Amino acid sequence: MSEKDMNSKVNEMLARSEANVKNSGKKFVRPEDEEREVVAPDGSIIKVNPIYDYFSGARPEEEKPRNGIVEKFLNWARAESIWVLGFGTGCGSIEIPPLVTPRFDMFRFGVQMRPTPRQSNAFIISGYLSVKTLKRVIRTYEQMPSPKYVLALGSCTINGGMYYDSYSTINRLDHYIPVDVYIAGCMPRPEALLAGFAKLKELIKAGKAEKANEYARNFDWYKANQKKIVKDWNMPDYNW
Amino acid sequence: MTIAKLGYTLLGLFIVWNWGFLMGATFRKIGARLAGRYGIPFYQPWINFFKNIGVRTTITHGVMYYLGPVFRLTGGIGLFFFMPMVFTGDPNGHWTNFSFEGDLILILYFQLFGMLGMALGAGEGGHPYSAMGIARGLAQHAAVELPLTLAFLSIAIQYDTFSVYKIVEAQQGGFQNWVLFTNPFASAAIILAMLGAMGHSPFNLVKAPNEILIGPATEYEGTYLGFMQSAGSILHVMEAVLFMNLVFGGATSWAELIVKTFLIYFWSVFVGMVFPRFKIEQSITWFFKVPLVLGVLAIIVFSF
Amino acid sequence: MNEILDKIKQKYNAEDVTIQRERLAFVTVSKNLAIDAVTWLRDYEGFSHFVMMSCVDWMEDGKFQLLYLLHNPETKIDLGVKTYIDRENSVMESAHHLWKQVWTYQRELREAFGIDFPGSPRIEENFVLEGWEDIPHMRREFNTKEYSENTYFPRPGRETYDPATYMQQKLYPNQPVTAKRKDNDK
Repeated sequence: MSEKDMNSKVNEMLARSEANVKNSGKKFVRPEDEEREVVAPDGSIIKVNPIYDYFSGARPEEEKPRNGIVEKFLNWARAESIWVLGFGTGCGSIEIPPLVTPRFDMFRFGVQMRPTPRQSNAFIISGYLSVKTLKRVIRTYEQMPSPKYVLALGSCTINGGMYYDSYSTINRLDHYIPVDVYIAGCMPRPEALLAGFAKLKELIKAGKAEKANEYARNFDWYKANQKKIVKDWNMPDYNW
Repeated sequence: MTIAKLGYTLLGLFIVWNWGFLMGATFRKIGARLAGRYGIPFYQPWINFFKNIGVRTTITHGVMYYLGPVFRLTGGIGLFFFMPMVFTGDPNGHWTNFSFEGDLILILYFQLFGMLGMALGAGEGGHPYSAMGIARGLAQHAAVELPLTLAFLSIAIQYDTFSVYKIVEAQQGGFQNWVLFTNPFASAAIILAMLGAMGHSPFNLVKAPNEILIGPATEYEGTYLGFMQSAGSILHVMEAVLFMNLVFGGATSWAELIVKTFLIYFWSVFVGMVFPRFKIEQSITWFFKVPLVLGVLAIIVFSF
Repeated sequence: MNEILDKIKQKYNAEDVTIQRERLAFVTVSKNLAIDAVTWLRDYEGFSHFVMMSCVDWMEDGKFQLLYLLHNPETKIDLGVKTYIDRENSVMESAHHLWKQVWTYQRELREAFGIDFPGSPRIEENFVLEGWEDIPHMRREFNTKEYSENTYFPRPGRETYDPATYMQQKLYPNQPVTAKRKDNDK
């Protein structure tokens, strides 16, 4: 398929997805998450909308870097202290545990695992990503504080890899969340992952890893793509 | 005079903050070397701190969510303010901070203060794992406080004072005067209960990394997390200083303080490196079995 | 082995008996008798262990073939009970009352092939996919490659080469191509 054909096809798909988003409605919202009225203990009637009451549905905003030397210093600190979210999304997650062993030891480079998205600033998408997992990935990604970085591991995140024709795994990760560094291979060895971290550090120090802002800028495009394939969208548009 | 003293106190706080970060890094490094790894660089905690300060987005869950880390930091700084750091022979000396008669009771209170603040903050954060970590933390802290309080009381009866400064003063003049040798039961109770107060493995069920995420701090990010790291490092040093003052004869210079707190802190670290994590019921049972009995013995010995 | 096969032949008109090996055999019974046969095997013949349940799509014949694989822990015999159901009107009697794990298998078959098992608990729930709106994905008329191309954004420039041909062209560009291209990928 040529590039032109592909582009027209993508545009067509986007048009369809917009229609899809509009009429998707509340089909998949669970009964306990529906907007409804409940009686409070004191007898008054209050409206609850669990999806939006517990999470902020506000749009992300672009956040400008600080000026000059302050931002440079902070970028250096960010580069030397990469906290990776411990979330294995596919087969590549088996390549991450060796990084904490004596043989590879990522702690030398200031890289460590963090158990919660609130405290991590790097997200490794490890290999193929099914639609079901993508939904969780989006939620988790949006909960991470900005500036945040995404490392895409393996060829499945680039063009679908060996699952390019599967009905349940996505083909191109960068249509759903912005990616800073791709680490090619099937599977990449832990050394490749370390090289990916080194590349990410370079990007951060050069001030080029501003993909969180890019996500905010192209928010509508990303959301349309996400909603096109996540059919049971029963969460706020932006949840953090 | 007062301004100068305040300046010295803040300088001392700065030293304690840095020393806490360095001790934390050394702790990680020792763990790494035991596992055969190279480990983090020794300046990693400072980088983490600055990175956390530089995070751009902030979330909020309400007022108590803000106050949680503030309370914890207050607990650490309060502990520091009322603790004589370096014994110079002058009760109003530069490094005695704002120590006064009866500060032992205040210090016991400040130990709990940070934990209570975190309970409120983490509770408002709303994450189930935070609540779980806090429930475990308070339960374990109650079990730690009991033998600690009994041992403190025993020492207070022994020297007939509630002033940490006077207790340090009474221990001067050679190691044979240390509480470690004059009151072995209370010392044993303190040294064992200290493992729980430091919160390292086997008593790290409060944070329990990878089991309940990171416990009370699950929802905290950015600047809050930076504050909590600072508070943690200050608290660690101050706990070590407290036990140094009460049991190991205090310090007459900063160098002595650094050596002694290092050894005290690493007593808990080395125990943690060897023993795996206790369940909460195991750890509470252990505190009620061994340190509590020693504490009661210490009280009995010095009451009659 | 032959004993039990003779019995099931007599009792349930079993056809198409295949003895795969010493302790594994398959029989085919009609749709109406299949659950009866399975129940009888469980209650009277000691086939108390339910190994698995699966489905084969015979699209050309317009049929689904269901398989209930049972195991007898005393005689160590595995017996597969097959049955054919209509592909258009794919409804099968539920076996959820016999073993609890059948619930899950039936949920899976409902999602993957669209076979309905009326009365089976939680049959309406999603099994693996969430919010699937297309035809069931394991039916053979479902074209997974086409679906993937239409749904996910394929990256342009993806080409497939036959390894033998490609290597020969690369290594010996001047010689005529002798390696035969396999016909499975065009």
